[in-house]
Amino acid sequence: MATAQDGLRAGLLGIEDLSRAEIEWILRRAKEFQRQQTPGRKLDTLRGRMVVLLFFESSTRTRTSFEIAAKRLGADAVSISVAASSVSKGESLVDTLNTLAAMRPDAIVMRHAASGAPHFLARHLPIPIINAGDGTHEHPTQALLDAMTILDHRPSLEGLKVAIIGDIAHSRVARSNVHLLAKFGAEVVLCGPPTLLPEELGRLAPGVKLTYRMDEAIRDADVIMMLRVQLERQFETTFPAGEYFGFYGLRQEHVELAKPDVIVMHPGPINRGRELSSEVADSQQSVILNQVENGVFVRMAVLERVLP
Amino acid sequence: MLVIRNGRVIDPASGLDAVSDVYLAAGRVAAVGANLDTPSGAAVFDATGMIVAPGFIDMHVHLREPGFEHAESIETGARAAAAGGFTSVCCMPNTSPVNDSATVTSYIIERAKQKSVVNVYPIGAITKGSKGEELAGIGAMVKAGAVAISDDGRPVMNSRVMRRAMELAKSHDIPVIDHCEDLNLSAGGDMHEGETSVRRGLRGIPAAAEDVMVARDILLAEATGARFHVAHISTHHAVAMVAFARKRGLKVSCEATPHHFVLADSDTAPYDSNFKMKPPLRGKQDVAAVLEGLADGTVEVIATDHAPHAGSDKMQEFERCPFGITGLETALGITLEELVHPGRITLRKMIELYTTGPARVMGLDRGTLAPGSPADVTIFDTAAAWTYDVNKTQSKSKNSPFHGHTYKGGPVATVVAGRIVWQR
Repeated sequence: MATAQDGLRAGLLGIEDLSRAEIEWILRRAKEFQRQQTPGRKLDTLRGRMVVLLFFESSTRTRTSFEIAAKRLGADAVSISVAASSVSKGESLVDTLNTLAAMRPDAIVMRHAASGAPHFLARHLPIPIINAGDGTHEHPTQALLDAMTILDHRPSLEGLKVAIIGDIAHSRVARSNVHLLAKFGAEVVLCGPPTLLPEELGRLAPGVKLTYRMDEAIRDADVIMMLRVQLERQFETTFPAGEYFGFYGLRQEHVELAKPDVIVMHPGPINRGRELSSEVADSQQSVILNQVENGVFVRMAVLERVLP
Repeated sequence: MLVIRNGRVIDPASGLDAVSDVYLAAGRVAAVGANLDTPSGAAVFDATGMIVAPGFIDMHVHLREPGFEHAESIETGARAAAAGGFTSVCCMPNTSPVNDSATVTSYIIERAKQKSVVNVYPIGAITKGSKGEELAGIGAMVKAGAVAISDDGRPVMNSRVMRRAMELAKSHDIPVIDHCEDLNLSAGGDMHEGETSVRRGLRGIPAAAEDVMVARDILLAEATGARFHVAHISTHHAVAMVAFARKRGLKVSCEATPHHFVLADSDTAPYDSNFKMKPPLRGKQDVAAVLEGLADGTVEVIATDHAPHAGSDKMQEFERCPFGITGLETALGITLEELVHPGRITLRKMIELYTTGPARVMGLDRGTLAPGSPADVTIFDTAAAWTYDVNKTQSKSKNSPFHGHTYKGGPVATVVAGRIVWQR
């Protein structure tokens, strides 16, 4: 049987194919980084290694988080954004990657607007690829940092009720979280308007339920995860303009239906007044900034594992 | 002159199924019978242990010429057809320029005369540029040799235009072939809408995109009395609607491709563009319905929708890759494997699906070995194992999901107008 270590040597494309052991390993290691953290102090585990951060889609926080993670481990992080590269000159994805491969990075962290783009490259390149978000498919490190954040507040994931609310259809965060939480026995309730909640999502993993009603999703929840409304990923109108917040925006009255010690999460960047009220975003229950902080630890653990 | 000796001759049109010789002379079938004399000067092909059938017809291929010769040409597409056991192909009009005028139709026929080892029948466009607006020069194309009309790949969304096209097609006694896809419902989709697309985060093409157009076209066929043919049928509702239309006595027919009866959406390798085509590979229930339709006669034709694409076009993000896969060389192997060996249909029925079926739909004077018929013969075996190697394809393109598959039985020799044009 492959060990957790072997599983990640080829890269990290998604949560769906990861084993519990692999996920536990990363979370344990991330926790160690969290405990030993001294601001500004660098480790030298990955000294002399080069990590290319290839972002075909704009992202400030994920890219910065990976960059900090790589640098804290002593690696060289080279960031390539779309606008500055040849991609905008019509170079194909394969050619771009062949060029990068010739520069012999030790790993590529990649974000792309097309689902499966990192899988496609992984088939053609011998370099480990870490998926930093592919289209509407997966965002594995987000699910890992979300799990870590939940575990900062709960002893285990098993039996927790987690409500994920918003544009599920277009959310890679939701997919990765569903896979991860289901592997650890959490009850996941997905909630959104029917146009953004295809019924097939219920078959994504065991223990997944769907509802169109916020109150049903949130009642007795341990965790409320709000998703960003992905206007840029929508191909068409899926909800009457102006009605979204009224039906699916998170307000204090919803939070009161949940368990008293519920935590409210959001992958960011948040749209105040669109998916959640300012009151909730700034409330005691909100752990949004912890998520950001944990992102670095989780990505350090992933980089350390992926790089041989 | 060629004598094909001692094969099991199956000619559904004349009801023949017996070990016989087939004598071809002057481009025609001269005689079929046991122990024919070999006329002096005649070549002999020993077909002992093999099946000898009328030449197979693929009524749905894309030869890409004129305009996309980097992906395929009439010459290479025809060679791939011959290597797949096909002696005639009907080519779709989505070339550049679109085959929407007698000039382009004549060009294709002329090029085929010079370059093609198989018979090539052009299908004309329904509308100018296949833009779905203004009717193409249908009558002139028919005069020039077009055998049907279709805006394959860019279906006519305007029902009024479709109605007029059907009325005209009826007057020319040609079928209207529709790639049934509601472009509004399918817009942006990359694969069948279902659990697999949701899991992979890919936009879906719902089955309803096909169903609503099949329904519309059947209603228009009834209103106009036209011959209407559903290209590459892929959903269970579409199969049921065609069966219903036929029961009502309408001149409605349909074809199925090998990939739609052998693969479901959940069978595809994730983000592998060799599994990307339109209509997309559907759900298990749809595949079962297509198989059922082949067995009960609702589906009269197997066609490949051979759609070559250059390697560079397929080497990109899944959602950017063009739709379509090649199919000429694998069709017979797949059909034997999936339909005949498991006993879903008889060998004779399979031959009908490749001969009398398409000949009837397209109104072609082919598909039989009756004396006097064109000397087109497909010789194949049903037992020898072979493995498809896409790197050895006769086509210019290699976009096949069937690379590396092993089949039991396949084409042995292809005879067009009395001449062996391909041999294993």
